[in-house]
Amino acid sequence: MSVRKAISAAALEHLLSELAVAVIEGNDEKSMELTNTLLNKNIAPKNILNKGLVVGMNEVGRRFRDNIIYVPEVFISARAMKRSLALLKPYLESSDIEAEGTCVIGTVKGDIHDVGKNIVAMMLSSSGFKVVDLGIDVSVDKFIGAVIKEKADIVGMSALLTTTMGYMSIIVERIKSEGLPVKTMVGGAPVSQKFAKEIGANSYASNAFQAVKEARLLLGLDSSDQSLT
Amino acid sequence: MKTFLEVIESGDVLLCDGAMGTELQCRGMSVGACPEEYNLTHPHIIQGIYKDYFEAGSDIVETNTFGANRSRLALHQLENRLVELCTKSVQLAREVCPDGCYVAGSMGPTGDIMEPFGPRTIQQAYDIFAEQAEALAEGGVDVIIVETMMAADEAAISIKAAKEKTGLPVAATMTFEPGKAGLRTVWGVNVQTAVQKLTDAGADIIGANCGRGFEDMIAIVQEMLPIKTLPIIAQPNAGIPKWVAGMSVYDETPEVIQPNVEQLLSLGVNILGGCCGTNPEHIKTMRKMVDWTNQSQKNS
Repeated sequence: MSVRKAISAAALEHLLSELAVAVIEGNDEKSMELTNTLLNKNIAPKNILNKGLVVGMNEVGRRFRDNIIYVPEVFISARAMKRSLALLKPYLESSDIEAEGTCVIGTVKGDIHDVGKNIVAMMLSSSGFKVVDLGIDVSVDKFIGAVIKEKADIVGMSALLTTTMGYMSIIVERIKSEGLPVKTMVGGAPVSQKFAKEIGANSYASNAFQAVKEARLLLGLDSSDQSLT
Repeated sequence: MKTFLEVIESGDVLLCDGAMGTELQCRGMSVGACPEEYNLTHPHIIQGIYKDYFEAGSDIVETNTFGANRSRLALHQLENRLVELCTKSVQLAREVCPDGCYVAGSMGPTGDIMEPFGPRTIQQAYDIFAEQAEALAEGGVDVIIVETMMAADEAAISIKAAKEKTGLPVAATMTFEPGKAGLRTVWGVNVQTAVQKLTDAGADIIGANCGRGFEDMIAIVQEMLPIKTLPIIAQPNAGIPKWVAGMSVYDETPEVIQPNVEQLLSLGVNILGGCCGTNPEHIKTMRKMVDWTNQSQKNS
């Protein structure tokens, strides 16, 4: 790609931070407009993604974790992110979007709640993971099948109900008995660190921001003394 | 006989029931089952739970219809049996409801994301709640409890639909958790906004349910008191579940909750009950304390 000197470094930085802010504010029109502006100025799509959109979504995750924003705000931010990403997709080279790892994720059998799971899926994929979302009411066979087919690095299980969280232990057991080389992560309202330990899961995340952090730790992308904050 | 709302206005505290979901699990419901389908497939278990709650001292028992709305039943391919599920659930409760006690129709959220954040329109939500409320009324409930609401708009529309379509008394609860920004639903609704929205939507009784336990519920009720104009309903969980030997176990036993129940009653809660993890034993404990409260009110 020939580089035209169409934009100064300071102006570029300004546009990228504006893009991040548009994502944080959930202003999809603004984020799409800025994405197009940056594309027209021949900025590498990879940089638009990583230095603009992902920076915005990371801040959204942090604010969600800290109770500064709640579920609805995350939804509109994710919508802005998705729409802007759709504009970038045709220009992203396959090497630009090489995944950090593959996560198979789903709400366990008997449970149909997917708001939290969807937010985790969004945060993981905007942080560079390939996410295979199995949806809701997912049986152990479906989890295992997907883990094998996708050569998953991590399997993420969600449950909102105290009556369904127990199903996670069935999945963890099966993964162990079949000797699958996949890490397990659990989350959901009634789930705790203690519960995760009791059923033998590798990791617990209390929110989507932490899920990304834990996923990176599980795959050795970060060491435990490093913080994403 | 006084109507439901007249009893509450008279100042008597009414005792609702404990959990349905965790109780079903204790009685062998398999993981993955649709709890509402049990009304048809295991009516003796459902009726057994109702009966145990009435015998433990509940004045009000809630039907096993929390997820019996079109949107949620569709996930189990049961949406075409909605009316049958709802009326059967009410009938099972009516058959064991003692004189002077009440059957309340339980209505939970659709599970859908409402506009402008998601695809579900307010009108669609209205229709979904109206259909369930009508089925519960047809079955013969005395009151409708819309519960565990997270989003203010959805809570408001469920109240409106239930009121307009049935004319029955409607109680409404939202679920709050403590965080850095105080007590809020996962949708970010704070207690003050909830009180205003539920009241404006036309509820007869407002309050909170589920959550992290009895202590949080005291804090929630304390926040409601200075601004509320309607009677209060409180149905806390028996704490946060722990996982022991393949079962979820709740910390807050009937003994543990006593001081907190006492405080909730002294705050002036009008309807007391329990959510996840509470069982007929909790209700027995609460019965004694509610009786003391009602008695001391009469004596004073």
